[in-house]
Amino acid sequence: MAILSRSEAKQILDKVLKYSKAEAASAQLSGSETGNIRYARNSVSTSGIVNDIELVVEARFGKKSGIATINEFSDAALEKVMRRAEELAKLSPDNPESMPLLGAQKYLPVNAFAKSTAEITPDQRAKAAADSIAAAKKQKVVAAGFLEDTRTFAAVANTEGLFGYHASTSANFTVTMRTENGQGSGWAQSDVTDFATMDTGATSRIAAQKAVESQQARALEPGKYTVILEPSAVSGLLGFMMWSADARTADEGRSFMSKKGGGNRIGEKMFDKRVHLYSDPTDPNVPAQPWSDEDHMALSRIDWIKNGVVRNLPRSRYWAQKTKAEPVPRPSNLIMAGGDKSTEQLIKETRRGVLVTRTWYIRMVDPQSLLLTGLTRDGTFYIENGKIKYPIKNFRFNESPVIMLNNIEDMGRPQRVGMGGFSAMIPALKVRDFTFSSLSDAV
Amino acid sequence: MDTRIDRRRFLKIAGVGASGILLPVYGTPVTAAQLTNEGMDARSKKALADVVLNTARKAGASYTDVRIGRYLNQFVITRETRVENIVNTESFGAGIRVIADGTWGFAATNDLTPDGIAKAARQAVAVARANAKYQKEPVQLAPVKGVGEVSWQTPIEKNAFEVPISEKVDFLMEVNNAAMVAGADFINSTLYLVNEQKYFASSDGSYIDQDVHRLWAPMTVTAVDKKSGTFKTRNGFSDPVGRGYEYLDGREADKIHGQTVLYRNSYDMIEDARLAAQQARAKHGAKSIKPGQYDLVLDPSHLMLTIHESVGHPLELDRVLGYEANYAGTSFATLDKWRSGKFQYGSDKVNIFADKTQPGSLGAVGYDDEGVKTKRWDLIKNGILVNYQAIRDQVHMLDQKESHGCCYADSWSSVQFQRMPNVSLAPGEKKYSPKDMIRDVEKGIYIIGRGSYSIDQQRYNFQFGGQLFYEIKNGEIVGQVEDVAYQSNTQEFWNACSAICDSSDYRLGGTFFDGKGQPSQVSAVSHGCSTARFDKVNVINTKRRIS
Repeated sequence: MAILSRSEAKQILDKVLKYSKAEAASAQLSGSETGNIRYARNSVSTSGIVNDIELVVEARFGKKSGIATINEFSDAALEKVMRRAEELAKLSPDNPESMPLLGAQKYLPVNAFAKSTAEITPDQRAKAAADSIAAAKKQKVVAAGFLEDTRTFAAVANTEGLFGYHASTSANFTVTMRTENGQGSGWAQSDVTDFATMDTGATSRIAAQKAVESQQARALEPGKYTVILEPSAVSGLLGFMMWSADARTADEGRSFMSKKGGGNRIGEKMFDKRVHLYSDPTDPNVPAQPWSDEDHMALSRIDWIKNGVVRNLPRSRYWAQKTKAEPVPRPSNLIMAGGDKSTEQLIKETRRGVLVTRTWYIRMVDPQSLLLTGLTRDGTFYIENGKIKYPIKNFRFNESPVIMLNNIEDMGRPQRVGMGGFSAMIPALKVRDFTFSSLSDAV
Repeated sequence: MDTRIDRRRFLKIAGVGASGILLPVYGTPVTAAQLTNEGMDARSKKALADVVLNTARKAGASYTDVRIGRYLNQFVITRETRVENIVNTESFGAGIRVIADGTWGFAATNDLTPDGIAKAARQAVAVARANAKYQKEPVQLAPVKGVGEVSWQTPIEKNAFEVPISEKVDFLMEVNNAAMVAGADFINSTLYLVNEQKYFASSDGSYIDQDVHRLWAPMTVTAVDKKSGTFKTRNGFSDPVGRGYEYLDGREADKIHGQTVLYRNSYDMIEDARLAAQQARAKHGAKSIKPGQYDLVLDPSHLMLTIHESVGHPLELDRVLGYEANYAGTSFATLDKWRSGKFQYGSDKVNIFADKTQPGSLGAVGYDDEGVKTKRWDLIKNGILVNYQAIRDQVHMLDQKESHGCCYADSWSSVQFQRMPNVSLAPGEKKYSPKDMIRDVEKGIYIIGRGSYSIDQQRYNFQFGGQLFYEIKNGEIVGQVEDVAYQSNTQEFWNACSAICDSSDYRLGGTFFDGKGQPSQVSAVSHGCSTARFDKVNVINTKRRIS
């Protein structure tokens, strides 16, 4: 029941909108089935399946809007939910920034649904965990991991002629391996659309290897280092930059994208000329929903930064109207162009540097410069003359992704990483003068 | 800690700040009026609970508990002169947990008919049986004596849900206006109201009806200097509390007048908005800190978070044992350190206790989510690590016989597990005020309010910012400073604690959305302390220029 077809979804949406007595109405029907398995200390701790289906209805009277939801779809229930939304709309205060509902949108076709993920069984989940635990036992390390697989659909429609349907699958796996003596820790992840392409054993072997090799870490002096940040390490810093980028806050003077004297920095070269960040829902590596969550505006390929120049910032329809600019919807994925080198190749070409597996507990220190602090975790190594020389203690960093993207030495091949329900293609980056400000004893 | 926000599990509130905020809230939008409906009565809940207990027992469960929960939220979100969003949600259902074949099983349902709930009970037993294959050793549950039919309620004076929305909106508009008149360019202010109506029953013979209330009124005030292209913010000094709407009364007796006005059991949000605007503006002219070692005088509005991160989290037993290794992390406070009885976590002035009973705190309940009566216990005594936080299936690992009563689930549909109780620093015994403390410092910084915070996965190395920083020279405050963050190591930091003000300065701070577990669950927790001094802590300058 959770995953409805395009025609089943459309039928329900058409019906509920017919009940509308409001000036305008919109509806979104979405369903998901999510399975998970969690294990720690080489033993499964919890597993479960959650099914969810929900119809969200919005009714509009002028600048008033009301939202109601329901999870049953009889005629009576559909009429009731629309009446409820209308009642809530009438009670709500005017929203001076309310924008009229969008008319028909042209949504790009996206293939994001994989049969293998759709048909995953509890036994397959158990086997995925067992493969990981087996990899741990082979290296005499202890595994803690989490696999979550999701099948979803979403359909949107409104009284102005808009309709869209999108179905997707995804599976995200993360694993931490620790040596029994507590001196070594390794981590790896896998994020896919098609579960058949996921190999939790192989991913776990990387984490186990890192755990074993990270034992007896030596302490290096904090300071500025050339670093090779693996894709997951990069994504932690990039995520903050992307979520902080917004035309309105920039125009209001309270963003790292604000311009001295007023306005924003679109058109300025703020980054190394190789930096190319964009979104594209049809990218076969990270297929994603072809409309924005906020107002169902159609998404297409858009450059955020190209040749190091800021090309676009997300801009709400209200702010676009107010500033006489084009609205720019928030994206559903993120892609950073890279090169074709493997991380091993980047290491081979590095005279002295630090390899960072993963960044952790990142927080904004100063939104003005986008200075972030956080730590390295689960596999930090010293590189000398093209080889990993020895494991080193974790560092705390204080660095801005804006500075990081100005100090690029080289870029690896982009890999898919999960960014919390959002997938991205991110390369490993070799960056000079990355600021480590203190040492951590954490393993 | 809450590092990875899973967008799918969160209610998206668009239009707030830069890119909207994601609130970890479940539930269905409803009218405000529906939030004050009575809901199902205790007698009907008991009847349903008995269906669960009987069904599960017949299906082979050796232990069963059921939580029938109604979770209500109301959020009023504003900026400057307008309301951005008003959200009312309700979620009602039951979570059933059983032990069968020595293994936990869990199932949840929102079908609260006798048939629906019995089906879920049988599912929970089936899940337990299936999971038993992977279980290494059977669950050992610390005994709890049934308490029969009892009830508990957060001691509120004014139910926030009964205050009309229009009154709340008018109030926030007055707050925003106070900031704008005082020179702010922007203000975002919000009211978060939570009511958990939880009915717990277990095969131990307990039927516990609880009504839990929480409230939080955060704000951020921004002052822009267009000429230099810079902006400064100051967050409000309210604390999330386990209180009713009376918290916003801003009683004079609850105010602490010093470098700014700080608040104890009630909050004057309008006054704080005005001060925030003035102080955000003043930050533009403040001196940038010279990095180095300083003695830190930390106000409770700041120190609460340091306690949370550096003491609260590392003493969660499941982290210590490795169950959170893949997400939140593990802990430096390992069992061998505790067993030695000599691990010097802090100086001998440091006494830190856990408490699920403190009035006004976020963690206060009568009974936890597995029916254990709540209590207070010591974690650090005269600087020595003496205990952890553990629940019924964990305390045997500490050779203890009684659960600490700190089990919690954030929804009827989530599995309950060990969550942080209120963890607080005991005040000093000798009469000593923050003024006295500042007078005794030669070279220091007085820090008020929580800023950015980050700590490693074993809780050694941390870095904290704040909202307001004042430089102290030879016992006097000489001016406001900026770009301050301190870095330390947990054990070093707490051993550098050289003085703690007396109980007249003791205040509770808290955090509303603390994340843990996979899938992630949130919880709300308070931390009490008086102003405390930490000697020779490393302070860095956080100013950077981007081209």
